[in-house]
Amino acid sequence: MLENYVPIFLMIAAGFGFGLVMMKVNEWLGPKSPNAEKLSTYESGMEPVRSARERFSVKYYMVAMLFIIFDIEVVFLYPWAVSFKELGMAGFITMTVFITILLVGFYYIWRKGALEWD
Amino acid sequence: MDLFTIIFYAFALLALGAGSVVVFSKNIVHAAFALLFAFFAVAGLYVLLMADFLAITQLLIYVGGILVLVIFGVMLTNTVISVDVKTGTVQSMPAVLLSAALAGMLVGMFWSTDWKVTTQQTLPEATGNELGTMLLTSYVLPFEIASVVLLVALVGAAMIARREKKA
Repeated sequence: MLENYVPIFLMIAAGFGFGLVMMKVNEWLGPKSPNAEKLSTYESGMEPVRSARERFSVKYYMVAMLFIIFDIEVVFLYPWAVSFKELGMAGFITMTVFITILLVGFYYIWRKGALEWD
Repeated sequence: MDLFTIIFYAFALLALGAGSVVVFSKNIVHAAFALLFAFFAVAGLYVLLMADFLAITQLLIYVGGILVLVIFGVMLTNTVISVDVKTGTVQSMPAVLLSAALAGMLVGMFWSTDWKVTTQQTLPEATGNELGTMLLTSYVLPFEIASVVLLVALVGAAMIARREKKA
């Protein structure tokens, strides 16, 4: 059973390793001739003004909240999809009720204008 | 010590270490970032418990969703403007009492529970199929109630957005 997770572990290790190696290789091999313009935050760009630590709009919270809600919905879909054939029509109807309840909420926030950015 | 035990202790150490950073860090952003590793380590422990679906759910919802919400929550707070993203200790007496009560409850449960030991051979290969069947037959009511709870969260989030419009 645990052997099944070896590829996942290798994937994580390879991902971390690749990222680290690429950054380090760049640091070792890349030519360095810094000047004031190159060292600015955005080369050939606008100098940033004011602090980046501003209070964010609550709209972002809304987006995150919606993401989590529909994320959870998708997670619930997964075990149903796996045993779809055994469950048959009864499972389909149960899932339809589940999704319909969430669709009511989706319709509500749509009409409420919560999906509009402004 | 076999490989299983080593992996278990590695994940347990990561969970405890990251958890203590979350609790003891004075900087909220650092605490939120440490929470990522704590959630990830718990997902690893789920894998060791052969709860593969739970592990995926942990990664998808907690690492991918709840953590984003927590960090957005930090960014939304007023204190960020004054750069001072720090936490202080307030209400220490009630906190001590509550924590002691919770710890006592957990330890009591730990001692009183009859821990069943099983061999790895008797465990199912994957839990997704069985979970799906149980969720849509025996536990259909909690399943549908879950969607109502999600609906409540949806409406609550819409309320927040509406209040923003008025202001």
